Amino acid sequence: MSADPKLKARLGIALIGVALAVLPFAVGATFGNSWVRIVDFALLYVMLALGLNIVVGFAGLLDLGYIAFYAVGAYLYALLSSPHLATAFPALFAVAPGWPVWAVLPLGALVAGLFGVMLGAPTLKLRGDYLAIVTLGFGEIIRIFLNNLNAPANITNGPQGINNIAAAQIGGHALNRPLELFGVMVPGVHLQYYFFLALTLLVVFVCVRLQDSRLGRAWVAIREDEVAARACGINTRNVKLLAFGLGATFGGVAGGLFAGFQGFVSPESFGLLESVMVLCMVVLGGMGHIPGVILGAVLLALLPEALRWGAVPVQQSLFGKVLIDPESLRLLLFGIALVVVMRWRPAGLWPSALRKRELAAHGEAA
Amino acid sequence: MSAPLLEARGISKRFGGVQALRDVSLSIRAGEVYGLIGPNGAGKTSFFNVLTGLYSADQGEVRFDGQSLPLGVPHRIAGLGIARTFQNIRLFGAMSALENVMVGRHIRLHTGVLGAILRTPAARREEADTEARAHALLRYVGIDRLANQQATHLSYGDQRRLEIARALATEPRLLALDEPAAGMNATETAGLRALIEKLRGDGMTVLLIEHDVKLVMGLCDRVAVLDYGEKIAEDVPDVVRRDPRVIAAYLGREAADA
Ligand SMILES: Nc1ncnc2c1ncn2[C@@H]1O[C@H](COP(=O)(O)OP(=O)(O)OP(=O)(O)O)[C@@H](O)[C@H]1O
Ligand SMILES: [Mg+2]
Repeated sequence: MSADPKLKARLGIALIGVALAVLPFAVGATFGNSWVRIVDFALLYVMLALGLNIVVGFAGLLDLGYIAFYAVGAYLYALLSSPHLATAFPALFAVAPGWPVWAVLPLGALVAGLFGVMLGAPTLKLRGDYLAIVTLGFGEIIRIFLNNLNAPANITNGPQGINNIAAAQIGGHALNRPLELFGVMVPGVHLQYYFFLALTLLVVFVCVRLQDSRLGRAWVAIREDEVAARACGINTRNVKLLAFGLGATFGGVAGGLFAGFQGFVSPESFGLLESVMVLCMVVLGGMGHIPGVILGAVLLALLPEALRWGAVPVQQSLFGKVLIDPESLRLLLFGIALVVVMRWRPAGLWPSALRKRELAAHGEAA
Repeated sequence: MSAPLLEARGISKRFGGVQALRDVSLSIRAGEVYGLIGPNGAGKTSFFNVLTGLYSADQGEVRFDGQSLPLGVPHRIAGLGIARTFQNIRLFGAMSALENVMVGRHIRLHTGVLGAILRTPAARREEADTEARAHALLRYVGIDRLANQQATHLSYGDQRRLEIARALATEPRLLALDEPAAGMNATETAGLRALIEKLRGDGMTVLLIEHDVKLVMGLCDRVAVLDYGEKIAEDVPDVVRRDPRVIAAYLGREAADA
């Protein structure tokens, strides 16, 4: 029995839609609302991974400083939606800036995008290892700036970070407050979830459309053979800068959401390990394959929380005591997972169809 | 005699101690198949690389259809109408054959970021047209049945054909082929020869590097010979074949008698 494939696809989408819509309630009822918060974070990581996927997965440019754009978006939101500037510069700001979210997020995207182009421009001639080192340096420079820009003028408040950041407001309602809808109390984390989900879907949509376009093809062409791409008439400089800029844009949006969600930002959220984490999401999931990257991001975002939640009781019942604390276990498992995937699924957990075919063909030949 | 389509004047290119090209001048007329031959390391590929902008020249200029080529800027040269294939095949391995050809259309398309995201009617039309043309080109070189195969899965001869289709997708007026018959068996070579004849018949100007002397002499209207970076001969095949310098440097006795 074979159903009409179009109908099947529609049914699939409808099912996913329903599942995504009821997800926070299901998770909240089973595991508690702290888990909805974790799901919210997973969505932020999906956005980050999809942004980095444009640079690393599509265009093949290894970027180890991607988290800098997340930081730029987060700090921009923090400065424009907290009392910090008014406290630090009372002469300049009579009242605390309280920019609406619909203005801050696009601005954050734009500024992060400009930073992306700024990073991209000097690295155009670099490839592989050299590119990785330069981008790593760039990420660290941004973090160190944020750490030290509290003197002579206190712009970032240094290592203490910025707090009292206002949550995003939609229709006059702050998303960190519960809202009564049709007699049901919807908690703040649920509202944030729907807000993040909407933006994540937008990011997915943009990625899919770009991938199936002249630009997406040009990115992959550069990844596959830069010399041939140039000979085919691709202006590799512009196309690479576009990848850096657009990828950074998504990071900027995710950063803004992060700041509004946490109410607090500090430089330590934007270290090298975070960049590596997002890169691993892209690589483990399936470089250049959008569903794979989403899967990688969700898995790696949930893994540490699942460990924190399960590792202690499991070890207690097995050994009667805790042998390895969850944090070390997380890094350990993470390392093992990386090695296992690279050994047995080098194209990632869910590679694109063409790559899968290539692997299958190699398997037959062997 | 009409003005040449391409005219290289005094091209020199040096790599460290190697003078890859020394004051090379040659001109190619519209519609002809022009052969470039010479021993290994003579500078044939280096000449292609200068011509298509992958290398800049130390000296000299190339005029193409009346204007000076921006040497060192490959995408602009591709835009002006020179396309090439590579001696060691350079396809986009992870892409399908069809997608490889669609990449070749890049410079003739206009869809930008917004057009692609919003999939405007113009973008949609352009995309459909690109796909149709790519299929047509695959048919032209005879491998449309392999359109959805991954490029690296094609046979050697088909990969060479795919490279030609990708080059044609840029709408060139000069097609430069770097040893297209290398590694081909006799049947594949005959097929390639028929394809080049078809291109000539359709008005394409072809610049051909090839070690298969029989193929070159049988196919080309004129032939230039490079040796140690210098042009030592340029004429119709029958004259080049008897040139004593060419025989000494490259052909050897038997080829001249053949
Ligand atoms: N990128 C490069 N760097 C250094 N030397 C080079 C480079 N490209 C070519 N050469 C040198 O220039 C000379 C000419 O090489 P070229 O590849 O143009 O020869 P060719 O005529 O195409 O030879 P073949 O028939 O073997 O393909 C050789 O000595 C080669 O080593
Ligand atoms: Mg060569």
